[in-house]
Amino acid sequence: MSNTIMPNLQKEKIESSLVENKRLDGRTAVDYRDIIVEDGVSKNAASAVRVKFGKTEVLAGVHLALATPYPDSADEGTFMTSAELHPMASQEFDIGRPGINSVELARVIDRGIRESGFIDFKKLCIKKGEKVWQVFVDIFTINDDGNLLDVAGLAALVALGRARMPIYNEEEDKIDGFSEEGIPLNKDVLSFSMTFHKIGNVIVADVGKEEEAVSKFRLTIAVGNNKGEPRITAMQKGKAGTINSEDMEIILKLAEDKWKELFPKIKEYVFK
Amino acid sequence: MDKGLYTKREDGRKMAEVRPMNAKVGIVPSADGSASFETGNTKAIAVVRGPRTLHPQHMQNAQTGILRVSYGMMPFSVSDRIRPGPNRRSEEISKVSEWALSSVIDLREFPNTVVDVFIQIPQADAGTRVAGLNAAALALAHAGIPMKEMISAIGVGKIDKTLVVDLDKYEDSEYHDGEGSTDIPVVVTSRTKEIALLQLDGKISIPEFKETIEMAKKACGDILKVQMDALKNVTEEQDE
Repeated sequence: MSNTIMPNLQKEKIESSLVENKRLDGRTAVDYRDIIVEDGVSKNAASAVRVKFGKTEVLAGVHLALATPYPDSADEGTFMTSAELHPMASQEFDIGRPGINSVELARVIDRGIRESGFIDFKKLCIKKGEKVWQVFVDIFTINDDGNLLDVAGLAALVALGRARMPIYNEEEDKIDGFSEEGIPLNKDVLSFSMTFHKIGNVIVADVGKEEEAVSKFRLTIAVGNNKGEPRITAMQKGKAGTINSEDMEIILKLAEDKWKELFPKIKEYVFK
Repeated sequence: MDKGLYTKREDGRKMAEVRPMNAKVGIVPSADGSASFETGNTKAIAVVRGPRTLHPQHMQNAQTGILRVSYGMMPFSVSDRIRPGPNRRSEEISKVSEWALSSVIDLREFPNTVVDVFIQIPQADAGTRVAGLNAAALALAHAGIPMKEMISAIGVGKIDKTLVVDLDKYEDSEYHDGEGSTDIPVVVTSRTKEIALLQLDGKISIPEFKETIEMAKKACGDILKVQMDALKNVTEEQDE
């Protein structure tokens, strides 16, 4: 049976090992786990993908439905992200109403995608003021071994990047299967999120579950591309710890380095 | 004799033929037991957590542990998005699945505990509850929960006048000609060959019904082989 309580001994082991830039799974403090991206989770959706960072596994799917636009943006499609931290994925998740962690996860990812302008909402308008496409991103956790935020964030991007546009049958006002085309995206504003934790005195990337449990704070940074240079598009600090200016310097430098390393790969996953 | 309108299956299967099956055990490392089961385009995964202490305390049973099953379809499993979270259909299926699995497990060694079984459907093409139960039985065995015997599950039924095994979505919900479609999910226990789950939706005569049950028992024999093979080839080590 899994253990939900983190013994102090384990905390000390994680922290003292990190002083020598080593983690219990053999990585350095800034290494990511292997990333695996797969298609074909469900044929019935516009897209449905699986993303794994090591043992953390998340599914994400995209649906498009016909909807009425909001009055204040009559010529734009609408967007909704939902996330289930399902009890399947962890001893710590409960069934039923989404808890604060589900809500935060969904909101951080929703904001990141919405505000970046990644989805071209104007092109999702069918008839101004009357009919638009509504885009749903549904995130479902399968196994939580830490850093769900980044794994789910990437899964959402990949699902959007690979989603097929449905065919609208105007005569009968219904959807007739899928076209070959993707959904309208502004590919050049793609940004992805990286979450860094402070454990002991060390800043750590892509945390595992135990590391996550003992960290002082986390900082999520979404970074996009501005003519080859990294540009921050969203941030969110989590947990009760505070960030000093030294930590901030380290994190920003790390975010820049990791962005340069990962961005080409992420682009490939999303726009395969 | 009138053979009726349904003489050929769309995917070329014989009437008593199960779709291609695939089972895997050990797919969720943090769980106590896990498995997937696929038939054709229907995919199910099941995860077992427990035995663990049951809260709230007043639900605890000092004589035995209890089983709790939750079945759900993922939002992207069908072409019309399903709202996340439980609904009336999923609650009923959870309950009948719980009864079916309870009939073969023995939790008297674990008083005051609960064993949670989570069944989820990532992709649906009919027969999701039976695929889910095939996965759940594997996950329970993988978790080392004491079981009197295994179970295997299959959907059988009748399309117009023809008896069939393992209905797909077209046969289950889109076929309306002649006498229409009758759908019968069945769970058969592995050793005693008793029936642990039975539901029926449609119209069928008593002799025809008896025959479908025999077809279900035969199909469950084939499914059991796939399950036993999967249990011999656990794919991934679980976390400690």
